Amino acid sequence: MNNQANSTPLANAIEIRDLNFYYGKFQGLKNIHLDVAERKVTAFIGPSGCGKSTLLRAINRMYSLYPGQRAEGQINFYGQNILDPKQDLNMLRARIGMVFQKPTPFPMSIYDNIAFGVRLYQSLNKADMDERVEWALTKAALWGEVKDKLAQSGLSLSGGQQQRLCIARSVAVKPSVILLDEPTSALDPISTAKVEDLLHELKADYTVAIVTHNMQQAARVSDFTAFMYLGELVEFGATDKIFVKPQRKETEDYITGRFG
Amino acid sequence: MPTSNQTNVSHATNLDINLYRRRKFTNYLGLILSMASMVLGLVALIWILIILFKNGFAGLSWAVFTESTPAPGSEGGGLANAIVGSLMMIGVTALVATPIGILAGVYLAEFGDRSVVASVTRFVTDIMLSAPSIVLGLFVYAILVAQVKHFSGWAGSFALSLIAIPVVIRTTENMLRLVPGSLREAAYALGAPRWKVTSYVTLRAARAGVLTGLLLALARISGETAPLLFTALNNQFFSTNMNAPLANLPVVIFQFAMSPYENWVNLAWAGALLITLAVLLLNIIARVLLRDKKAGH
Repeated sequence: MNNQANSTPLANAIEIRDLNFYYGKFQGLKNIHLDVAERKVTAFIGPSGCGKSTLLRAINRMYSLYPGQRAEGQINFYGQNILDPKQDLNMLRARIGMVFQKPTPFPMSIYDNIAFGVRLYQSLNKADMDERVEWALTKAALWGEVKDKLAQSGLSLSGGQQQRLCIARSVAVKPSVILLDEPTSALDPISTAKVEDLLHELKADYTVAIVTHNMQQAARVSDFTAFMYLGELVEFGATDKIFVKPQRKETEDYITGRFG
Repeated sequence: MPTSNQTNVSHATNLDINLYRRRKFTNYLGLILSMASMVLGLVALIWILIILFKNGFAGLSWAVFTESTPAPGSEGGGLANAIVGSLMMIGVTALVATPIGILAGVYLAEFGDRSVVASVTRFVTDIMLSAPSIVLGLFVYAILVAQVKHFSGWAGSFALSLIAIPVVIRTTENMLRLVPGSLREAAYALGAPRWKVTSYVTLRAARAGVLTGLLLALARISGETAPLLFTALNNQFFSTNMNAPLANLPVVIFQFAMSPYENWVNLAWAGALLITLAVLLLNIIARVLLRDKKAGH
C-alpha cells in the first residue's frame, strides 16, 4: 500500500484542516491545523483532557461508533477527506490501524489474534497466513517468545506481551498509518522500552502517530511533537525544537513540569 | 512500615474514641445478623436435602430407570417414561430457547441499545421473567392445547420455552455488557464490520457467561410443574411421541406424592431426588464455567 513511489521526504500522510470536534455540546477540539508526515513518528502531548486522544480517534473515525460525537472540518488522508459521510469506515480502519492504552487481545489463540484482521480483507492460504503471522509477530518483537505457543489464548500472555500482540495485530493487516493511544501507560519499564524500540522499527514502513502522557517518551521516540492544551493545538514542530527551544510559554511550562 | 505507624500515633489524640466504639459495635451487630441469616438459610437447605436424600435414595433402584410408571394398585414400577419425557421436552426447549434467547440478547446489548424496540423488548422480558409459570401454562393451553384438542409434548416444550427464553435473553445481554468497550473498539479498529465484531469478538469474550445463563435457564425449567399440567399432562406409558401427552418427572411427582400407594410415593421421592441432582449438577457446571472465565482474565 505504502510503497517507495511516494517516499519523497516529508510528504504528508495526513493533513488536518480546521478540525472542530464536539461531544454533544462540548467542543473537544478547536480549529486544529496539523500535518502528519509520512513515515515519521508524530507525538501528541498535553495535560489530561486536552484533546490529544480525541484527535487521534478522529483520524480513524473511531468516534463514529458513538452517536452524539461529531467532527467538522477536514482530515485529508493522502488527499481524501475521511470526514466525508460517504467514507467507508471499515476500509478506512483497515488502512489506519490503532493500538489502545490497555492491551486488548481478542479471546482467541495468539495465531488467530493476528489472523483475524488479515482474514477480513485478504484471503491467504495456510502457508501464506503462517508466514504473515510470523512476519507480524517478528515485527512486534514477540515471535521468539510465542512461536511455540501460537495455539494458546492471547489472554495467557503478560501485559507487555499482550500489548506487543496488539501492535503485531495492527501491523499484520499492513496499514498505512498506525495510531497509538498511550500504548505504554499500562506497561512496566522493560515492556515500555521494547515498545519504544518497536516504534523506531515501524517508522521505516509506517506513518506513526502516538499520544503519550510521558514527555520523555515523546522526546525519545518522535520526530515531530504537537503540544495540545484545552482542545487547541498550541505548538507543533520538530521534536528537538519543541523540547529544546519551545516558542510558546505554555509549551515551555508544560515541558518543564510547571503545570500539567 | 514504621512511617505510617508513627503517623497513626501522632494523630491518635485527635480520634473520637466513642465514635470508634459505636462503629465497632455496629460492625459486630451487622456481622451477627448476617451470620444468623446465613445459618437460617443453611439450616433450611440442609434440612430439605437430608429429607430428600433419605427418602429419595430409599426409593431409588435400578427399576426406576428401566420400568415405566406403574398402574394404580400394581407393584414396583419405575420412572423411565417420565425421565425420557422430561429430557425430550427440556432438549426441545434448549434447541428453541438457545438461538432465540441469544440472538435477542445480542440485539439488546449490541444493536438495539436505547432504541424503542429494545426498550419494549427489555420491558416484556422483565415481565415474562416474573410471570407466574402457571399463567404461561394456561396461555399455552388456551392457544395450543385447546385448539388442537389434545395435550402434547410440543405444547409442554412451548410452555417451558416461554420461561427459559427471557432468562437466556437477560443473561446474554448482561454478560455482553460486561465485555469492555475497548475490546469492541479494538476489533472495529482493524476494519471489522459490526456483525464480525459481535460474533467473533464480543460474543466469544462473553461465551462462558452466556453458556452459564443457558444452563441456569435449563435448571430453572427442569423442575417446573405448573406449565406442564396444562400442556404435556402425563402419560402412564412409555412414549417418545411429542405429539401426544408425554410423561415427565414434575407432574409424576405431583400425582404420585399424594397418592395412597406406597410404591408411588417412593417413586415420587426418587423423581424429586433425580431432578434435584440434575439441577445441582447444572448449577455446579455453571459455577465452574464462570470461575474459569474469571481465572482466565
